[in-house]
Amino acid sequence: MTATLATPMRPSGAKTRINDFSIQVATVNGSGSQTANTVLLRAIFQMGVLVSGKNLFPSNIAGLPTWFTIRASAKGYVARKASNEMLILMNPETAKEDIAKSDAHALVIYDEPLQLDKLREDLAYIPVPFQKLVTASCPEPKLHKLVKNMIYVGVAARLLSIDMEEVKKAITKQLKGKAKAIEINQAAAVAGYDWAMENIQDQDHIKVVRDDKTQGLIIVDGNEACALGALFAGVTVVGWYPITPASSLVETFIEYAEEYRKDPKTGKSNVAIVQMEDELASAGVVLSAGWAGARSMTSTAGPGVSLMSEFIGLGYYVEAPGVFFNVARTGPSTGLPTRTQQSDVELCAKCSHGDTQHINLYPGNMEECFQFAYDAFDLAERFQTPIFVVTDLDLGMQNWSSRPFAYPATPYDRGKVLDQKQLAEIKDWGRYKDVDGDGICYRSLPGTPGGKGSYFTRGSGHNEYAQYSEKPEDYLQVVDRLKRKYETAKTHVPTPVFRNLGSPKGVLAFGSSDPAVIEAQDLLAEGGLKTDYLRLRALPFTAEVDAFVQEKQVVYVVEQNRDGQMANLFRETYPEFATKFKSILHYNGHAIDAQGIVDQITAFEQQ
Amino acid sequence: MTTATPAAPTNQLGFTKQDYVGSKSTLCAGCGHDAITAQIINAAFESSIEGYRVTKYSGIGCSSKTPAYFINQGWGFNSVHGRMPSIATGASLANRNLINIGVSGDGDSMSIGMGQFVHAVRRNVPMIYIIEDNGVYGLTKGQFSATADKGSHLKNGAVNDLPPIDPCTLAIELGCGFVARCFSGNPKQLNAILKSAFAYQGMVVLDIISPCVTFNNHDASTRSYKHVKDHDFPLHDLGFIQYSEVEDVEIAAGTTEVVAFPDGSKVAIKAIHEGYDPTDRFGAMKAIHESMAKGEFLTGLLYINPTQPPLPDVLNLVDGPLSSLGESDLKPSPEVLDKIMKDLM
Ligand SMILES: Cc1ncc(C[n+]2csc(CCOP(=O)(O)OP(=O)(O)O)c2C)c(N)n1
Ligand code: SF4
Ligand SMILES: [Mg+2]
Repeated sequence: MTATLATPMRPSGAKTRINDFSIQVATVNGSGSQTANTVLLRAIFQMGVLVSGKNLFPSNIAGLPTWFTIRASAKGYVARKASNEMLILMNPETAKEDIAKSDAHALVIYDEPLQLDKLREDLAYIPVPFQKLVTASCPEPKLHKLVKNMIYVGVAARLLSIDMEEVKKAITKQLKGKAKAIEINQAAAVAGYDWAMENIQDQDHIKVVRDDKTQGLIIVDGNEACALGALFAGVTVVGWYPITPASSLVETFIEYAEEYRKDPKTGKSNVAIVQMEDELASAGVVLSAGWAGARSMTSTAGPGVSLMSEFIGLGYYVEAPGVFFNVARTGPSTGLPTRTQQSDVELCAKCSHGDTQHINLYPGNMEECFQFAYDAFDLAERFQTPIFVVTDLDLGMQNWSSRPFAYPATPYDRGKVLDQKQLAEIKDWGRYKDVDGDGICYRSLPGTPGGKGSYFTRGSGHNEYAQYSEKPEDYLQVVDRLKRKYETAKTHVPTPVFRNLGSPKGVLAFGSSDPAVIEAQDLLAEGGLKTDYLRLRALPFTAEVDAFVQEKQVVYVVEQNRDGQMANLFRETYPEFATKFKSILHYNGHAIDAQGIVDQITAFEQQ
Repeated sequence: MTTATPAAPTNQLGFTKQDYVGSKSTLCAGCGHDAITAQIINAAFESSIEGYRVTKYSGIGCSSKTPAYFINQGWGFNSVHGRMPSIATGASLANRNLINIGVSGDGDSMSIGMGQFVHAVRRNVPMIYIIEDNGVYGLTKGQFSATADKGSHLKNGAVNDLPPIDPCTLAIELGCGFVARCFSGNPKQLNAILKSAFAYQGMVVLDIISPCVTFNNHDASTRSYKHVKDHDFPLHDLGFIQYSEVEDVEIAAGTTEVVAFPDGSKVAIKAIHEGYDPTDRFGAMKAIHESMAKGEFLTGLLYINPTQPPLPDVLNLVDGPLSSLGESDLKPSPEVLDKIMKDLM
């Protein structure tokens, strides 16, 4: 059967959406669709068009539904867009529901036997005989299942007017060096393209037109960016335990370490990486390695942080450095392990029992994932405390285009560490004495020769000389100094980024919400509501944040959790302004989109 | 007239025993743990251990307090309950020149910290792992621990219905290359074992029966001084020979077996318990199980295999401490970043 493109009903006068659309691909996980989807994304990227990809995958190895959305945006908006202009339906299980949920006028590419074209009349259907095409293009039957997906890439390329050379290049890039696989996949893509060329009428609904917006950009995910930051920061001890969506951070680091952390002559490694038995042990390794003078890290997600929390409190109180990446996912409990959320805000801010406060870094894009990962090791050693770098699944595991990372020029800050000579000169050294008045004391490292500087680290009450003490005055001296130390951090953590349109109304967000907030800000402005946007990048709140909170009539706090956790921190920190903070929330596990923010802010404004 | 006080004896490093002591103990008078502390001090002094290289780790419990009572020249890290092994793991990786001593309790290691104990042993973390085993939770005032014998009583009369976990057979099963059981009331044996342990490169597990005089020293306890004394079956007389002395020492032939360490040190093992071969892993397991069935404590060097690579070697780490590597050793060049960025384009 030859398919022809039935022209869907389109709103009269609708213009072709050039480089401005979303595609959703529905497949079964474990079917190799990730490669095909990345190729399609890359091909658009290579056409010079800004794209972002969101993989909505199940917590399962094979056989469950998965969706991948690709958004192209001439204006550079890279947040998820809730509506899709093209659907590629390969999963019989979800096809009917996908059709039912589809936006009107979408182009629907589907596997011919699914017979979806009678379900709705306001869609344009493109039934593709995948089995026939794959049989003709691929000689090896056992590869058919994997290669089938590459056919829709070819079909989509034809419909969108993507240059086939870019598709081929993307395949070569994606399958790095695997000549046979490259050949087979390219043949499949071409088969899809040629079939579409012959059988499908051209359409003018959505198109890719060559642009120059991606010149010199990279495609990367946040876990890789963080891993690279750690590599350049010189991490030497890694203790970790696998958990989605944090595993690939360490796994990518391991790959880079193979190449860049081995002595070429001896083959010996200058980083110790140990997959521990659980997150408690990982935290122990991180803190004790930091205590002993190494740069150390782990990477985990919410359940892991919960397990680590006793140790985090120890690290805070005994003042041991360590970097803790939390790639957050949807909680509570196991929750939706493969979906995104920013629901560990309060957990990381105050992790552990007793009075604790932690420095948290919130990168909002790939360059910051790299840079903040680098900076976190400086902060850990400067402040002698656990540092959280908090990202989420959306930043950590999705594909983002980014400017290439700038080389981190600042030299390592190893903090206040006394060596043998300095120890010999000091008369009255106390591990927990605040000599400089900034709350940060001088430490010594185990193994320092010379007979001076040894001390006893304990999670129980201690005085300035690290001696056991239950005296109220000794206790207060330490915990009040820790609070001063946290104050000092205000001038060391990354300051916020502003996008001000000139308004007394504030929007405040952090992390992966950034692209959606920028887009929402523009949409609101088009509708007549200007806002000033502060993107928070760290805890504790810096002076710039104080000023923003004071100035603004209202502060819309955008965050991806149910309880408005960041807004809660703000109300607690600025009780006198508590009523200014209005929560704009998104927490269903999908990446945040602009329209939801616009709708909620508009609703508040109309009250 | 004045009499000169005789100078305190010094070791090869010129230190006196006083240089190996710690702060004053705050444990109950007569607590077995203090006797162990005393032997750690003696053994470190006699083995001429460099105090500044010593790190002392512990969890939480009366036993876990003791690292504060020995080798003040070293660094201590009293961590959280049951998590001493991971603390030792991280620090020993950060600086492979450290001499790592972990002190834990039967509660700390066999209950809350069982997972960490098991995995630290499995990884062959280079450390002396001491379990001060009194069959109870001392610090929380006398509840049963997981090493308490079936049928033993608490002071308040409660009976333990569950079988004990034995740290020694467990450690042997996990592949530990140095496993010993001692009694805090037998200082000579403990001293020889500790000195051997200092010379060993890898995980040393020492289960030291250490009566709690306050909560578990009554007649119905199988971990009281009296009971252990009556049921202690030392396997052998141990002699430890430091590598530097080896030349001068003659070891009598006959019943004495000698196990050599990679650094040249030796342990001379003069068997008392007939036919016990501490290099025979399965034989050791069998003998321990048989003695336990009879209600005895076999003490001494239960199993030894000095050839297993410790964790830093398994990980193929560079020779020096990772903690002393700096920016010039660790930070890749701008060219490397450039290449990585090009690959991502
Ligand atoms: C997470 C946690 N749970 C419980 C405790 C309370 N606690 C302190 S010591 C201890 C048991 C110690 O027993 P053991 O390790 O045998 O040491 P001992 O005092 O007998 O030497 C317990 C349960 C704690 N400190 N931390
Ligand atoms: S309670 Fe028992 S274990 Fe604790 S110090 Fe006293 S005698 Fe020792
Ligand atoms: Mg105990």
